[in-house]
Amino acid sequence: MIINQKYMKIAVLVKQVIGSESALEISSDQKWIDESNATFVMNPPDNYAIEEAMQIKEKLGDGEVVIVSMGPQRVQKVIREGLSKGADRGIHIETQESKNIDPLEVAKNICHSIEQENFDLILSGLQSDDTGMGQTGVLIGELLNMSTATLAIETDIDQETIKVKRELESGWFQWVTLDSPSSVSIQSGINQPRYPSLKGIMGAKKKEIKVIAASIEDSKQNLDKIFVPQKSKETEVIDTDVDASVDRIVDILRSEIKAF
Amino acid sequence: MNILVIIEHKNGVMHRMSKEAIAGAQKIGGNVTALVIGENSDSITDELSSFQIEKTLLVTNEKVTSYNVDGYKEIILQIVKVVNPEFIITGHTYQARDFMPRLSASLDIPFIPDLVSVENSSFTKQIMNSKLNASISSSSGPVLISFQSASFSEENISKGSSPLEKFEVSLDASNIRSTADEPFQESASEVDLESAELIVSVGRGIEKEENKSIAFDLAEVLGAEVSASRPVVDAGWLPSSRQVGSSGSTVSPKLYFSLGVSGAIQHVVGMKGSKNILAINKDPDAPIFEIADYAVVGDLLDIIPKLIEKLKDL
Repeated sequence: MIINQKYMKIAVLVKQVIGSESALEISSDQKWIDESNATFVMNPPDNYAIEEAMQIKEKLGDGEVVIVSMGPQRVQKVIREGLSKGADRGIHIETQESKNIDPLEVAKNICHSIEQENFDLILSGLQSDDTGMGQTGVLIGELLNMSTATLAIETDIDQETIKVKRELESGWFQWVTLDSPSSVSIQSGINQPRYPSLKGIMGAKKKEIKVIAASIEDSKQNLDKIFVPQKSKETEVIDTDVDASVDRIVDILRSEIKAF
Repeated sequence: MNILVIIEHKNGVMHRMSKEAIAGAQKIGGNVTALVIGENSDSITDELSSFQIEKTLLVTNEKVTSYNVDGYKEIILQIVKVVNPEFIITGHTYQARDFMPRLSASLDIPFIPDLVSVENSSFTKQIMNSKLNASISSSSGPVLISFQSASFSEENISKGSSPLEKFEVSLDASNIRSTADEPFQESASEVDLESAELIVSVGRGIEKEENKSIAFDLAEVLGAEVSASRPVVDAGWLPSSRQVGSSGSTVSPKLYFSLGVSGAIQHVVGMKGSKNILAINKDPDAPIFEIADYAVVGDLLDIIPKLIEKLKDL
């Protein structure tokens, strides 16, 4: 009997970002957040990409899941977190500074570091919670001559084909069949990300993280300044008892908005 | 300066954010070329011909009758060679997020997405879940940009007349590495939120599924439609056809009356173009109040039933 299992080699791109509970103090050069008091977490959408990679490997019965992240030394924490959820090994593309880098430079560095791996599939989260550029996975797909798809809300991957259900706008969806290899971004909510088990956490300590030095050549996109947005609207605040609020709302609806 | 605006359309209707992209391109100033790809586009090119732009280019090709990321990339690359644009602009739609990065990597120029404004080649983008803004610039010359919903208003489009040119492309079928099935909806649409004048929107603040009747009762006395934020849809309290936000409908009614909607950025991008925003929330720090014209701090479960009685008596 021939067992026709497909060995699928999957990369998951993860980013470490400032946690949503961290205070956001603008750094003295006004170019980024003061990170000295910041706490860092796995970019939340990336958890769904890791989970989807694990489920695909489990469904196919064989394969390898590799966690890839770029940034300073500290990002090894999120690589380790992926390994503790069952991923097989990690690749850390190490930068010397903790600063924002043009997405295209990030993509080129990641390509350079993973090209020889010949991944069948690259998964990424929808976008990062910090700068929200939402493009690295697709940039890498183009640079490595892979097929691409975004906003996958379901995957259907078997021995022969890679099919993903893309979320469109206004409640519409569309199934897309992709040639292999492929780079796919994952919509948040596609699955229930697992928590690491104690065994997973212990096991992760022994797994390999390969460190490759980043080489940042020229950044064509520069973050010049960050600032607190100015409120563009005058807001009338109605903070009073129920009856007075109701009276004011009726007045607004009738006289100001002319809703009826 | 040449500007290329890529138009998105479906079922013979131009995407609202494509019109906003035209308005944004006109504000930047220059020779604006609009690109329409695909079939069933007569009404689109008609509408574009009434705008004050340089021209509209129409590409029809049997290999790309509807949206396909590889086909779009190949076509736009051929157009870019001819138009030579400094800016390639789209609305920040799900479709733009799919193909714009492909162009960025292929042309080796930045894609700066989801912009809220452009001033003198400085691009403003929200970061950190819209808590902060960033000014971004490009040192590359040409740049790809997309505009967040309602960053520009289609009402500000300069009208005029502009010619239509058909543009022939040759596509190599081997470059098309994905095939798309027909788009479908999981639940039949029961509402048309995008053309509603008045909308009552429900957020997690209604607390229980039973309480959605309060929203429907208010909508009935006002003659409004009912919409929802994603958590309410994910909980199964209302169907996805009623969802407003980045994964739902984008609306700009005369009145957006939100009940217990916190105002996460994913929701706000779908409704911030509303003419009047009246928000009720228990939390005085709810982000929805940042964009509201009227911010009512209080418990909607107390206020709305009394409001309905009062409106019925008028």
